[in-house]
Amino acid sequence: MIALLLRDLRLAIRAGGGFGLGLAFFLIVTVLVPFGVGPQTDLLSRIAPGILWIGALLACLLSLDRILALDWEDGSLDLLATAPLPMEGIVTIKALAHWITTGLPLVFAAPVLGVLLNLPLAAYQWVLISLAVGTPALSVIGTFGAALTVGLKRGGLLMSLLVLPLYVPTLIFGAEVARRGAEGLTVQTPLMLLAGISFGVMALLPFASAAVLRINLR
Amino acid sequence: MSLWEYANPVKFIRTTDKVLPWVWTLALGCLCTGLIWGFFFTPDDFRMGSTVKIIYIHVPSALMAINAWLMMLVASLIWIVRRHHVSALAARAAAPVGAVMTVIALVTGAFWGQPMWGTWWEWDPRLTSFLILFLFYLGYMALWAAIENDDTAADLTSILCLVGSVFAILSRYAVNFWNQGLHQGATFSMDKEENIADVFWFPAVISMLGFGLLFVALVFLRTQTEIRARRTRALLARDGQA
Repeated sequence: MIALLLRDLRLAIRAGGGFGLGLAFFLIVTVLVPFGVGPQTDLLSRIAPGILWIGALLACLLSLDRILALDWEDGSLDLLATAPLPMEGIVTIKALAHWITTGLPLVFAAPVLGVLLNLPLAAYQWVLISLAVGTPALSVIGTFGAALTVGLKRGGLLMSLLVLPLYVPTLIFGAEVARRGAEGLTVQTPLMLLAGISFGVMALLPFASAAVLRINLR
Repeated sequence: MSLWEYANPVKFIRTTDKVLPWVWTLALGCLCTGLIWGFFFTPDDFRMGSTVKIIYIHVPSALMAINAWLMMLVASLIWIVRRHHVSALAARAAAPVGAVMTVIALVTGAFWGQPMWGTWWEWDPRLTSFLILFLFYLGYMALWAAIENDDTAADLTSILCLVGSVFAILSRYAVNFWNQGLHQGATFSMDKEENIADVFWFPAVISMLGFGLLFVALVFLRTQTEIRARRTRALLARDGQA
């Protein structure tokens, strides 16, 4: 399992594009928002937590098809499926690799981009914490979407349609934590619910992803 | 004699052919009675005026929008466990009907909301979760359409339906948490002492029944169509080989 994780990480870093692309997309989205809504700093600071969450979510979505599509094309996914490692393990490792290469950089980039959006000082830690807790859920749910659409020619658009509704609860609680943190309110309830969703999907969804992947490899 | 006999496509078609005219008649009868009674022979509400009459379309369609997903969930489970093709096709047949019901509920709600709340749309928990339900329907249908192999498509969509159900319920509660509601509570319920007056209640129940029967009729018809379409394709494929 560790060998597979290291392989995926090495591929993501060396094979160009995948690693930095999500971050660059996150930056672009954050830069575009002030153009869209106007440069008033008080408005921007009010919507900043939500923008950061939306940006992170879209950046995550954009990189989902890389989780399985490349391995599918060159046949290494078939090899992995015949390996003694259970499919659930493979899917979990894939999600973990995606999180390390996409989710984790987003978490650390968010405070930097928060400066651009005039994020309130109190919100920095909560944006950081909520993204750190929430992005694993995004990766795991995304892996399910990627597994569903892996065999399709133009699966990208379909995958967005399938995955985005599944992201709704995570987004609501994550953005709620960041927003409440920004306003200095107590964040305990949404944070616990967000963590609940994260751990819940980590525990359960790999089984669904593995089942779907097995069907697709049939 | 067991329920599973109807998993045989031939038997299914033969039985539904016999039942369908009755279901259609009953559905149309109930719909006509309920809607005409509701629209023309009930008094206007003292607060809401004649806009209250949209309830005879809005509530039944909302009810069927949720029940259609529930039916798809059951049919998907049957497909996963027992692999009866009719069940998978019935789930596929129900999805567009459910999606249309969702749209009807949303649109009639908007028509009612404009004069009453002063807005077509409000990010209210009920409205929002219905919109999310609609997105789930769209994704489900898109996945069915995208995959060429029938069995693979049935497998994948049924798992999507299971996972989607969990997430739809999660979203429902998340949305509740996220915004306080403008939408009134349930108008019809079995356990409450205080319900709406009987003059509104009877036509509403009849039109709910009508919508339910209409849903059954449409699903039967669409399932038959799916079965026949698949049979045609199998015949064509056989001719092509010969």
